[in-house]
Amino acid sequence: MSTQHKITTQKVNFKVFRFNADKDYLPYYENYDMEVTSEEVVLDILNRIKWDHDGSFSYRRSCRHGICGACAIKVNGRSTLACKESMNDMVDLFGSELVIEPLSKKRAVKDMIIDKADFWEKHDAVTPYLVADIDENPESENLISPEDADTLDEADLCIQCGACHYACPAVEINEDFFGPAAFASAYRFSADIRDNSVSRLKDVNEEKQGVWDCVKCFECAEACPKEINPIGKITKLHQMAFQEGIAKNNVAVRHAVGFKKSIAKNGVLDEGGLVLYSEGPAIVKHLPVAFRMFTKGKIVPPWGITKSQNLDEIQKLVKSSSTAKF
Amino acid sequence: MEKLRYALFTGCTAKQSTPEQMMSTMAVADKLGIELVELTEASCCGASHLQDYDDFLSLVLNARNIAYAEKHGLTMVTICNTCQLNTAMTKHRLDNDEKLKAKVNEKLAEVGLEYKGTSLVTHFLYAIIDDFGLDKLKEMVVTPLSQFNIAPFYGCHNIRPSELQNETHNSKENPYNPSSLDDLIIACGGATVDYEEKNKCCGFHVELQAPHTAAVLTGNAIAGAMDGNADWMVTPCPLCHLKLDTQTAHASEAIGREVELPVLHMQQMVGLALGCSPAELGLKHHLSKVDFV
Repeated sequence: MSTQHKITTQKVNFKVFRFNADKDYLPYYENYDMEVTSEEVVLDILNRIKWDHDGSFSYRRSCRHGICGACAIKVNGRSTLACKESMNDMVDLFGSELVIEPLSKKRAVKDMIIDKADFWEKHDAVTPYLVADIDENPESENLISPEDADTLDEADLCIQCGACHYACPAVEINEDFFGPAAFASAYRFSADIRDNSVSRLKDVNEEKQGVWDCVKCFECAEACPKEINPIGKITKLHQMAFQEGIAKNNVAVRHAVGFKKSIAKNGVLDEGGLVLYSEGPAIVKHLPVAFRMFTKGKIVPPWGITKSQNLDEIQKLVKSSSTAKF
Repeated sequence: MEKLRYALFTGCTAKQSTPEQMMSTMAVADKLGIELVELTEASCCGASHLQDYDDFLSLVLNARNIAYAEKHGLTMVTICNTCQLNTAMTKHRLDNDEKLKAKVNEKLAEVGLEYKGTSLVTHFLYAIIDDFGLDKLKEMVVTPLSQFNIAPFYGCHNIRPSELQNETHNSKENPYNPSSLDDLIIACGGATVDYEEKNKCCGFHVELQAPHTAAVLTGNAIAGAMDGNADWMVTPCPLCHLKLDTQTAHASEAIGREVELPVLHMQQMVGLALGCSPAELGLKHHLSKVDFV
């Protein structure tokens, strides 16, 4: 059976971010109207801008096969690997006006090229390699079973393109925060049965820099061109902290644990009780807002909470299904 | 059209810190002729935090909630984005992993319940759009919100991860350019405000553990809506609502600019358009001034 493939063309207006840190005071956008074919990927458009319109236009590219991670940019705010993203899909998603920008505008050096120093520093900070005593003269291969390989959950597919890192709002605000790519890397090695690192899991559980400052927005899951789902790895790193007994007694950890306590007591959450358990004496800082909420009928006292019906079932399940300790 | 019936998973917030959301949900359902059977047996979904501590317990509890919707033979409707995400994610995992489902059901059997996977789980926003229909809603509008510029604030857990979210409703949502809430605003007669932060994070989930990050995100969101000339904001998520409505002082301090806007639940917006009174919609339960009604 022969398959017919029809190539279609359409007009697209590209608004392209331009900036040269050596001579421009501010970035600006250049407009290019182009006929785009359904066969092209975003990288083809970058090439055509450079080859047909302006030779000074700069971007990173190398493998053209979604492996090297060099060509990650943003199209209409969406992180993407330019060599992998079909133009057709972009037009389907955003229409015929496309904004081409670097992954991080504030880190732009020249056009699409950014300074990724923070990305690599954070990558380095999570001990991104196996820490193991390797026999220098092994008698056989150091094999791991398919089941053990599965626990990596494809974290080893990361190509360090930076798409998730520069889509993460916490990275933008909190300069200490390691970010989703570094966490995916940390998980890749901490989940490896051959690994003996003691510091890595502790490092990624530190306040400010660690997983507890993740805002849970799922931007990283959406951005990753290799579908690694970095936030899933962040969740697993949280869980490993409890499994390894290194979870600290701090506000973030108590906040997670507090849900179980609340559910065991009421089925539903006791919102005030959760904040009190999480914060401890530091709850005083919330009192001004809490008072205003109270005057507006937005705070239910512990004795006013309507507990879940059939609470005994929930309590029984909390007892029988719990798998973690703190 | 046959009367629409759903099993309502209220979540915890609607019963505690956002009573106005519960009131307006019931008022709007009544106006639209939608029957909501409240799942009073449901527990907290774990709010995207419990699974960080105990993933299996979180699965069992969410499966139990869905099992009650299944008992009624109804689609579960959520009114909180985070409840929606946790519940839909549980459903997705159990429906795609027989072993895990069996493990969870072994626990549920202890209390005489079973998770079958027969009930859909969808947010009320998409129930209105997919099942009720915006054309029909438009016909029922008695007070078009035509004098208002309304800034939609989608909330992460209704639009990401898009692959999972788009399993739960028919109208496809683009997480980078979502449209459902805009469509709802237009159906109510309002003008929508397009601004960069509409599909961004409000910071709610790190309010306690990373207060500065949380405050900047809140500040940026409200500032974006204000710069877009919004009269007010609207959201399908009570957690976003809480953050944007009650944390304006911290947010203003964090971004060095006074920010405040009325932030309505989507149910309140629809209620206003359908002619519900401010009292029915609980408009007095807001911290930010709601002075336009």
